[in-house]
Amino acid sequence: MSAFTAIGEDREIDREEFTPTLEPQATWCPGCGDFGVLKALKQSMPEIGRNPDEVLLVTGIGCSGKLNSYFESYGYHSIHGRSLPIARAAKLANPDLEVIAAGGDGDGYGIGGNHFMHTARENHDMTYIVFNNEIFGLTKGQTSPTSPKGHKSKTQPHGSAKDPIRPLSLALTSGASYVARTAAVNPNQAKEILTEAMQHDGFAHVDFLTQCPTWNKDARQYVPYIDVNDNDDYDFDPTDKGDAERMATEAERSLYEGEVLTGRFYVDSERPSYQEEKQAIGEMPEEPLAERYFDDDYEWERTHDMFLDRHK
Amino acid sequence: MTDHELMWRIAGGSGDGIASTSQNFAKALMRAGLHVFTHRHYPSRIRGGHTYTEVRADSEPVRSRGDGFNCLLALGDSFARNPQEDAYYGNEEVKPLAENLDELNEGGVIVYDTGLLDVDEIPNFEERVEENDWHVYPLNLREIARDHGREVMRNTAGVGATAALLGIDLQYFEELMAEAMPEEILEPNVEILHYTHDMVKEEFEFTHDLRVPEGSHDEEQVLLSGSDTIAYGAIDEGCRFIAGYPMTPWTEVFTIMSQALPELGGISEQVEDEIAAAALALGASHAGVKAMSGSSGGGFALMSEPLGLAEMSETPVVLVEAMRAGPSTGLPTKPEQADLEHVLYTSQGDSNRVVLAPGTVAEAYEQSRLAFQLAYGYNIPVVLLYDQKLGGELMNVPASHFDREPNADLGAVTTEEELEEAPHGPGGKFHRYRYDAEDGVSPRSIPGQKGGHFLVTGNEHNQAGHIDEDPTNRVTQMERRMSKLDGIREFLDGQSTQTYMGPDEAEYGLVTFGSQQGTVREAVERLNDAGHSVKGIGVSDMMPYPEAEMTEFLESVDEAVVVEMNASGQFRGLTQKELGRFGGKLSSLLKYNGEPFEPAEIVAGFEASIDGEDVPDQQTTYVPAAGD
Repeated sequence: MSAFTAIGEDREIDREEFTPTLEPQATWCPGCGDFGVLKALKQSMPEIGRNPDEVLLVTGIGCSGKLNSYFESYGYHSIHGRSLPIARAAKLANPDLEVIAAGGDGDGYGIGGNHFMHTARENHDMTYIVFNNEIFGLTKGQTSPTSPKGHKSKTQPHGSAKDPIRPLSLALTSGASYVARTAAVNPNQAKEILTEAMQHDGFAHVDFLTQCPTWNKDARQYVPYIDVNDNDDYDFDPTDKGDAERMATEAERSLYEGEVLTGRFYVDSERPSYQEEKQAIGEMPEEPLAERYFDDDYEWERTHDMFLDRHK
Repeated sequence: MTDHELMWRIAGGSGDGIASTSQNFAKALMRAGLHVFTHRHYPSRIRGGHTYTEVRADSEPVRSRGDGFNCLLALGDSFARNPQEDAYYGNEEVKPLAENLDELNEGGVIVYDTGLLDVDEIPNFEERVEENDWHVYPLNLREIARDHGREVMRNTAGVGATAALLGIDLQYFEELMAEAMPEEILEPNVEILHYTHDMVKEEFEFTHDLRVPEGSHDEEQVLLSGSDTIAYGAIDEGCRFIAGYPMTPWTEVFTIMSQALPELGGISEQVEDEIAAAALALGASHAGVKAMSGSSGGGFALMSEPLGLAEMSETPVVLVEAMRAGPSTGLPTKPEQADLEHVLYTSQGDSNRVVLAPGTVAEAYEQSRLAFQLAYGYNIPVVLLYDQKLGGELMNVPASHFDREPNADLGAVTTEEELEEAPHGPGGKFHRYRYDAEDGVSPRSIPGQKGGHFLVTGNEHNQAGHIDEDPTNRVTQMERRMSKLDGIREFLDGQSTQTYMGPDEAEYGLVTFGSQQGTVREAVERLNDAGHSVKGIGVSDMMPYPEAEMTEFLESVDEAVVVEMNASGQFRGLTQKELGRFGGKLSSLLKYNGEPFEPAEIVAGFEASIDGEDVPDQQTTYVPAAGD
């Protein structure tokens, strides 16, 4: 018998199962774009048929990290910028889990930038949602890696001298096999994209535009947005990396000029996930490693029998 | 130790095969029935630069490097001279000979390669030979190797030569070579081995009287390093996941695990940095796998935030810390024991972790297993603290030492059946962090288990795992987490993790921790042989500290010297802090020049301390007791 019977349970999932029974401490401000992520995430769960016991949601620190308090599942509210390494190891340990990592633009593109690059490169089969509101919210409004050049804040009183990070292009160049951008103000597209991202077999990066009405009052609410997959002005093939790079660059440039381009920018269903690559070279077991610890019949090898001859 | 022990040193350039040759030499002597111990010295440089390994062999057990050495095989450094930079490299060519003469004992034997080394470049060589009664055997090993095979095989020629001079049977070398080498290089190597051996016997008149001692083992032995035994302990305890970033000397454990785990259906991940490495270990552990990570000083510094998260979230994990000399990058390839305080107190908040420091190659296996038992039994991070010396030294251990049952028990976890019965809060939420847990240990559930979902957070949290800043909840959770250390202390008290040396009753005590244990043991034996009344203790538990055992030990002696490889007496400080007394009884013998203690240095330091004199050796420091 499986040790993890919650996994693959065959029943209809109700999105309300993901609403905590305990009232979370109110931490998101009224009108926060993060509610849009929460809603889309909850809505996509029945679509992919996952129940709260088979989902591991790993977050970093910041407003985005509070997602765990609003979302009922196995949760790991970790440390600033480190959601990805925790999430990807959990996935390697038990690939049957639905592993989602989430963080903010500071968390994901700043302090965790290195992990972002490497997780994308390795193409771990997981979904990474970055709440991008172009500001540090929880620490009260400092400039973030995605704040526009010239953005003034208490820590950048003369305006930021830095160009913002280009997350879509960075994900693409690093090797992410699914790259999309959506916005909290567009719940239908957000739900569709998150569903697709979770169904995607590989590293799915979703740059999720979330408005911050408290600290980024100047910021647009990301409307009107344009869905590049559903607009005749943008004729491109998201399975073509060259097209994807061109469109990502365009979307990132235009965002700061007031034109919000969203949609799927790159979808590569051919590229094997890291797990598949690792299994192919014999560096990862076919059965989930975690299962083995619950299998009373498994015979654990001893170094005395396996390795000691080399030392005689 | 017997009078006729062999202390053989092979010296050459990094990249010249010194490590592998000495490893084979040690193994051959072990197969011949001797007890062996190796000591490595190498620069932070890939090719060229002076490196040596000592193999100490005796019919009696050896647990430490010796005092100096008595047989030198100087191979020459084939990478010494960079033709484009003659001026810079100067006379580095003769280093394998010149650099080692200071430590060569009187009456010692020298074999050197005239093909690469010119004694005329060494000041006063002839005079020093005469003064010290050294016996010199010059041989063109380079030419022999070139004539009968390839130049790189001059190591084999050197081994053949010293085997002849010391009376070692060549069959052991031949067997080892046959096991390791493909046919095409085996043949010339065997030829070179025999050719040099026979030539030395025929052409030289032996003036020295050093011969390899005779010995026989009661049971089958294996030759292992501390890095080997740490890795094997982890594997036998069911560890199947490791994540790391290379850094000397931790890389050795990482490498051994990375090669072994795929064979065992486990997973090894080399990742972008040490923060990620430790975080991966947490992620795998959280998902239900026994996991480890590790690093050395600077890399471990990066792990301090995941370490703190492991404490707060009660995610079990084993982190190994292989100390090298610091601060900062320090001496990258040299041992020191100066990260003790770093490992005890790094990360924010009150420390709530276990720190174990094994003292010998054999003990490192047990402590590695213990580390996993504690981590998973108590849902707490455990740091296994050792140093470059212990990690890299080879020692023979009876094979039966490792003949034990594997243990893959995941420790304090629930089953799905238990989850049905488990205490749940409002709305059926599983209480992962329940207040009333026995010994402070509240069992966790594993993602994927039905009915077990809960929230892990580095913030203070309530029983269900939700962020909670209520003062009463804070105190209750803090006390529960801290109380685990009491349970662990009790558990460890039944494990005899401390090592006692010498007589039960003695006037003086020698106290040490970690890799100096073997050397202190030898010093204790020598001091008692010389008429002193001394006993010793090697302490393995750093946190929780063995309060009762140490109190008893220190009460039983008039004075005690704490021997450790650092400049500030960190272990003495810990002892005084934990026990709150004995400040007037504890003095320090310290060494921090990048080399481990030799037994004679401890003997001399101890004798000087009781006579109230200065320590004779400039490389060690004695700090008298200062009071509480």
